[in-house]
Amino acid sequence: MKILVPVKRVIDYNVKARVKSDQSGVDLANVKMSMNPFCEIAVEEAIRQKEKGKAEEIVIVSIGPIQAQETIRTALAMGGDRGVLIQTDTDPEPLQVAKLLKAVAEAEQPGLILMGKQAIDGDNNAVGQMLSALLGWPQATFASKIEIADNTVRVTREVDGGLQTLELDLPAVVTADLRLNEPRYASLPNIMKAKKKTIDIKTPDDYGGLTGGHLKVLKVTEPPKRVAGVKVETAAELVSKLKTEAGVL
Amino acid sequence: MAVLVVADHDNQSLKDNTHKTVTAALALSPDVDVLVAGQGVSAVAAGAAKIAGARKVLTAESDALGKQIGEAVAAAIVPLMANYDAVLIPATAAGKNYAPRVAALLDVAPISEIIEVVGPSTFVRPIYAGNALETVESGDPKKVITVRATAFKAAGEGGPAPIEAIDPGPGAPKTRFVSDELVKSDRPELAGAKIVVSGGRAMGSAEEFHRVIEPLADRLGAAVGASRAAVDAGYAPNDYQVGQTGKVVAPQLYIAVGISGAIQHLAGMKDSKVIVAINKDADAPIFQVADYGLVADYKTAVPELMAALAEAGH
Repeated sequence: MKILVPVKRVIDYNVKARVKSDQSGVDLANVKMSMNPFCEIAVEEAIRQKEKGKAEEIVIVSIGPIQAQETIRTALAMGGDRGVLIQTDTDPEPLQVAKLLKAVAEAEQPGLILMGKQAIDGDNNAVGQMLSALLGWPQATFASKIEIADNTVRVTREVDGGLQTLELDLPAVVTADLRLNEPRYASLPNIMKAKKKTIDIKTPDDYGGLTGGHLKVLKVTEPPKRVAGVKVETAAELVSKLKTEAGVL
Repeated sequence: MAVLVVADHDNQSLKDNTHKTVTAALALSPDVDVLVAGQGVSAVAAGAAKIAGARKVLTAESDALGKQIGEAVAAAIVPLMANYDAVLIPATAAGKNYAPRVAALLDVAPISEIIEVVGPSTFVRPIYAGNALETVESGDPKKVITVRATAFKAAGEGGPAPIEAIDPGPGAPKTRFVSDELVKSDRPELAGAKIVVSGGRAMGSAEEFHRVIEPLADRLGAAVGASRAAVDAGYAPNDYQVGQTGKVVAPQLYIAVGISGAIQHLAGMKDSKVIVAINKDADAPIFQVADYGLVADYKTAVPELMAALAEAGH
């Protein structure tokens, strides 16, 4: 079975996003970029499934600028087999991404698509579900455990009241939550080896094109800031302030 | 233009997120209907019928809907959208699971986790873990929106609106429910609680988390939360996680015990009315958002707090 893992290049999760003064967006110039953390978990899971003999090939796909090759290369150094970059300098919205990935899935015919539950830039948490709907495949989001059997996959999901386990027919789309695994660091020999792995550079037009943007960003602004309050000396003082000053007890 | 709200519930009781989502919907249209998709939901539907502003309540029932299987819920909503210009869905784990599916099947762009309705097609939503707010305009004729409930006031009591059963749709033929493992608790629900007491990695073990955080929460009638670090370390179940990727809460009072205040945790609680931080590290970032900070080891501070609360009649 082939596993397809879409990955996104985003602002590094340790960097605090700063809004541009003209309110046109978040300033990404000279900011450290990395693989989206949830995508990294999806890559790790695909590799673990391959190591268990549940998959033969892992294909990494990314949509973004030419630098997204580095993100794909990171996934190949972790253990992915080959990559596809759909190069675009636009910032496609989830519906457009889902449509491109659907075309990739039709070309690659994976048995499973494993991806992050959300990207930490747009925080949409949408592409996996949309891709699943467009393909007519079953979905399991927010996965914390994945067991692949012959024609099915059993997924434990993080839901509102705790955990839920579902069994899906393959092919399926599964999105990774935080506790699915802890991604490995690529070793130096694997980083060297990854340099020889293939990355096909494609354009959106190779996969049906970027059709109709539906959302227009009017502005991006700073959220209201919270200011630090006061330090209290004792628990008794805290209770008295919560009662009389804040009025919340 | 009419708007559909999808109720948040657990088949037994209606959640307050629904009332808050109705408020967001009423900002778009006076004609708001509520869909209750589940199994054995008559009590939930009766509750939804009493929400002020609800015109009508629709109920769709099947086994797959009872388990909130995403494919099934989306399949029940999509045909209804012939009659509505927008569907508003609480941004719970269940809602986030099926909302984008509805959007894809309608070929529209989903609008995730709105915190403000600016106009009929314009909404504000947080991006980058709440470090920026994006104002977006949707060009779609039908809108699929998830709502961050904490940003809206709950609609009051009214009605009762009529209740009508509808076709539950085809279910989820390729997905089977296997089991669930739900956390049972008599405490208020995290998302809607007036007071939340959260513990962090400083607790050091699950036993310590139970011993320290839970009695304090119970004394205050509060819900229990946890930082991602505490959940990752196994001190608290995943359902307790407050943060960018966990639950977003905005209670009257948020008490953070032994939580340093990573960006991703702050994203989940910084809209609380009053924030209290107890941490022995005076430089912990949590103090930058706390209204009241107590620099102390929780091991001494929490018992003292319990005693002070008892003395104050709590």
